[in-house]
Amino acid sequence: MTGYSDVLDSKVPDGPIADKWTNHKFNMKLVNPSNKRKFEVIVVGTGLAGASAAATMGELGYKVKAFTFHDSPRRAHSIAAQGGINAAKNYQNDGDSVHRLFYDTVKGGDYRSREANVHRLAEVSVNIIDQAAAQGVPFAREYGGLLANRSFGGAQVSRTFYARGQTGQQLLLGAYSALMRQVNLGGVDLYNRQEMLELVVKDGQACGIVCRDVITGEISSHSAHAVVLATGGYGNVYYLSTNAMMCNTTATWRAHRKGAMFANPCYTQIHPTCIPSSDPFQSKLTLMSESLRNDGRIWVPDSFDESRAASDIPESDRDYYLERKYPAFGNLVPRDVASRNAKTVVDAGKGVGPLKNGVYLDFAEAIARDGEDTVRAKYGNLFDMYERITGENPYKQPMRIYPATHYTMGGLWVDYHLMTTVPGCYAIGEANFSDHGANRLGASALMQGLADGYFVLPYTIGDYLSTSLGHDPVGNDDPVFKDAIADVTDRTNRWLSINGTKSVDHYHRELGKLVWDYIGMERNKNGLEKAISEITSLEEEFHKNVRVLGSADTLNQSLEKAGRVSDFFELAKLKARDALVREESAGGHFREEHQTEEGEAKRDDENFAHVTAWDWNDEATPQTEHREQLTFENVALTQRSYK
Amino acid sequence: MHLTLKVWRQEPGQNGMFQTYEAPGISEDMSFLEMLDVVNERLIEEGTAPIVFESDCREGICGTCDLMIDGQAHGPEKATATCQLHMRKYNDGDHITIEPWRAASFPVIRDLAVDRSALDAIQEAGGYISAPTGSASDANLTPVPKDAADSAMDAAACIGCGACVAACPNSAAQLFTSAKVMHLNLLPQGQAERWKRTEAMVETMEEYFGSCTNHGECHEACPKEISLDFIALMNKDYVKSKIKNRKLSGQK
Repeated sequence: MTGYSDVLDSKVPDGPIADKWTNHKFNMKLVNPSNKRKFEVIVVGTGLAGASAAATMGELGYKVKAFTFHDSPRRAHSIAAQGGINAAKNYQNDGDSVHRLFYDTVKGGDYRSREANVHRLAEVSVNIIDQAAAQGVPFAREYGGLLANRSFGGAQVSRTFYARGQTGQQLLLGAYSALMRQVNLGGVDLYNRQEMLELVVKDGQACGIVCRDVITGEISSHSAHAVVLATGGYGNVYYLSTNAMMCNTTATWRAHRKGAMFANPCYTQIHPTCIPSSDPFQSKLTLMSESLRNDGRIWVPDSFDESRAASDIPESDRDYYLERKYPAFGNLVPRDVASRNAKTVVDAGKGVGPLKNGVYLDFAEAIARDGEDTVRAKYGNLFDMYERITGENPYKQPMRIYPATHYTMGGLWVDYHLMTTVPGCYAIGEANFSDHGANRLGASALMQGLADGYFVLPYTIGDYLSTSLGHDPVGNDDPVFKDAIADVTDRTNRWLSINGTKSVDHYHRELGKLVWDYIGMERNKNGLEKAISEITSLEEEFHKNVRVLGSADTLNQSLEKAGRVSDFFELAKLKARDALVREESAGGHFREEHQTEEGEAKRDDENFAHVTAWDWNDEATPQTEHREQLTFENVALTQRSYK
Repeated sequence: MHLTLKVWRQEPGQNGMFQTYEAPGISEDMSFLEMLDVVNERLIEEGTAPIVFESDCREGICGTCDLMIDGQAHGPEKATATCQLHMRKYNDGDHITIEPWRAASFPVIRDLAVDRSALDAIQEAGGYISAPTGSASDANLTPVPKDAADSAMDAAACIGCGACVAACPNSAAQLFTSAKVMHLNLLPQGQAERWKRTEAMVETMEEYFGSCTNHGECHEACPKEISLDFIALMNKDYVKSKIKNRKLSGQK
C-alpha cells in the first residue's frame, strides 16, 4: 500500500489560491446554449444541494431528471437545519472577508480539508445570500430592512444569516421553488417516490441509475450523460442520530461499490447539545441549537451518587467542567471538545437524569441576570420544544443534554470538479467529503450544499459533458441496464425470502450500539478491531435471520429499510477500518492513543495530513486504501487551543 | 401504560377497515410514533404486516407525518405535529383511534399513508419568484421592512403537511395555499409576479380541493399555527388579480 497518491488526481488548478476558481472557470470547456438541451443529467436527492443543482442546470438548458424517494422534494432533511448559513459578506463591518471565512473553515476542520475547495466555498458564499434573498427567502432583517447576522461557534465575526430557527427550511423552500419553476417550464422532470438502488456504469463511465418506485415496487432504469448524487450523509449508521428516519447511505454506497472511492468515513460530527434518549425504543434524537450555549452553563454534580434535584444541589457541589478546564472559551468551546467532555463526565458516573445519561445545561443564571422574558425572547421556541419532548420545564429546572451524531464530514471522494472516481458521477453536499475536513463549523453545511448546487457543479459539469457532444446516452435497452435491473430485483426479493425472526429495526439498533460504542466520540485500537469482528458477525446474522414481511410490489417500509441497513453494515466496517489506520486525533476523530497530556486531540501532520480514500474490490476482498496528500500553502498548521 | 388502538388498515385498491390492537407496556416518555414503532415490531414478530405510516424528521419540520388521531389532525396537542406528540398526554387504559388524512384529494396509498401530491401541483403553478441562479444583485440592495420580512416568515413557516385540508369539513386547501402565496406576495422581491402567481395558484387549488367556508378548523389543526389572516389577504389579492391580469391582457 505505497505510492498512495498515484491514483487520486484532485485536479486543483495552479495559481494563487484567490485566483484558482476565477481562472479555472475561464479555462473550463463550455457547452453552447443550443447544445445544452442535448445533454441529459440525472440528479438524485432534492435537498439543498440536489434541488439547487437540478434547478440551476434546468435554467441553463440541460435536460434534467431529478429523483427523490420522498413524496415531495421539500421533505429532504436539509429542512431541519436550524441555526443559519455563513457568508463572507462583511455587512457587519467587523473585519470579515473571503480569506477569513476560508481560514476559519480550514482551521475549524482541523487542517484536514482541501484548501482550494474551501477557498472556492468562501468565495461563492456571498452569491448564495444574494440568490436566496432574490428567491424570497425571508431572512431575519434589521429595522432598516437590511439583513441581520448572528455569530456562531468557531468564528470571531458575525457572518451567519438566519431565518428564525428555521434557516434550513427556508433555504430549502427557496431551492424547491426554483426547482418547481423548472418543473413547470419543462426544464426538469421530477420523479417522486423513487429510491435509487444502483448506479449504472458502462465502459468505466456513469450512464444512469436503477430506482425502485416505493409505492408500486416497480424497478426501472434511467439513463443520462452524467449522474449527480446529492443524497446526504451516513449519520444513521449510529441508528440514533439527529438525522431524519429515512436518511441513508445507499446511493453513495452503491456508487462506492461501482468504483467511486469513499473518503474519510471515520469523520463524524457529534453535536454536543441534543436531548438524551429516554428509553430503549427511542427512534431518533433531537438537536437543541448550539446557540443555547451562549447563555446556558453546563455542569454535573460533584458526587457520583447524587440524588437531589438540580435546584437543591448547592454551587459548592457542582462541577462546571467546561468553565473549569477551558477558562477562555468556557461553555463555547467547539462542538467536538464539548461533546467529548460530556462523555468523559457521564462515563465517570456523574451523568444526570433518570438514566444518568446527560449533563445539565442551566439557564438559572441567565434568567436571574436578564429576566425570564429576555431568555424567552431568545430561546422560547427551543424551550417549548424541550418541554414537549421531555415534559420538563427548562425555565424551572436545567435542561439535560447529551451529544448525538449530527453530520458526517466523510463521503464520496471528489476532485475539484466534484466528480467522483467514476467519470460522469458527481457527489455534492453532505454526500461528498470535500470541504469540512475532520470537523464542520456551525452554519457551514447549508453554505456548502448550496455552493455546490448553485455555483460549482453547474459550471464544472459542462467541462465533462462537452467531451461527449454528439453521443447519445447509453440506451435503456443496453445490457448494463438489464443486468442492473436484474441485480436490484434479486437483492430486493432476497430480503423477503429470508423469513427469519427479528425485525430490520432490531438489527439497525444493535448495529448502532456497536458503532456508537466503538467508533463514537472516542476510539482505540482494541475497540476498533472488536468493532470489525462484532459488526461482521452481526451482519451475518442479519442476512440469515432478518424478517421482512409482505411483498415487493407495493409500499413496504420494512423492505426499504432492509436494503438501507444492509449498506450501513458494510459502511460501518469501512468506518472502523478508516478509524484504525488514522493513527492520530483530528476534529471528529479522537483516538485515545493520540492525545496531549491535557487530554486534547493530538494531530500528526507529518504522517496524516492526507485524505484516506477507499477503493472497492469485491465482497470477499476488503477495500484498498489510497491517499490524497493535503498541502497547506495559505494556512499555517497550528494546534487548536481553546483554553 | 396499556392502550387499545383502533387503526385504519387498507390494502391498495381495496376497501379499508379498522383493526384493533392492544398496546401494553408503553412508556410515557415515548413519542406517539415511537409507540407505533413498538406496536409494529410486535406485529412483525407475530408475523403480521406492520402498520404503514409516514414520518421522517420527527422534529416537526419536514411535514411528512400525517395522522388523524381521535378525529383530530395531528392529535390533541395544539401547535404540534404528530411526531412531536408524546404519550404522557395519554392515560393508562385509553382507547385511541388512528386514521389517515381524510380528503378526496389525498387518496389513501396504504393504511395510514396518503398521496399529497396535489399540494405540489399548487406550488408548481406559481409558488416561486423567477430568479435564475446568478441573476441576483447584492442582497442588501433591496431592503425589506422588518415587518414585511416577519410576516412573510410567519407564512413561510408552513410545513406542507396537509393537516389544514384534513381538518376542513370541505377539504379546502386555502390555508396551505395562502401561506405559500402570501410568503412571496408580502416581499418586495415577489411583486413582479404577484397577480399572475395568485391567480394561477388559487385556480390550481380549486381544481383539486373544496371551497373555504370560514370554519377555521385549518388554523386549529395547523402545527405551525398559520394565521387565517393569510386567507383573507390571498382572497383580496385574488380579486385584484382578476382586474390586474385582465389589464395586462388588454395591452396585448
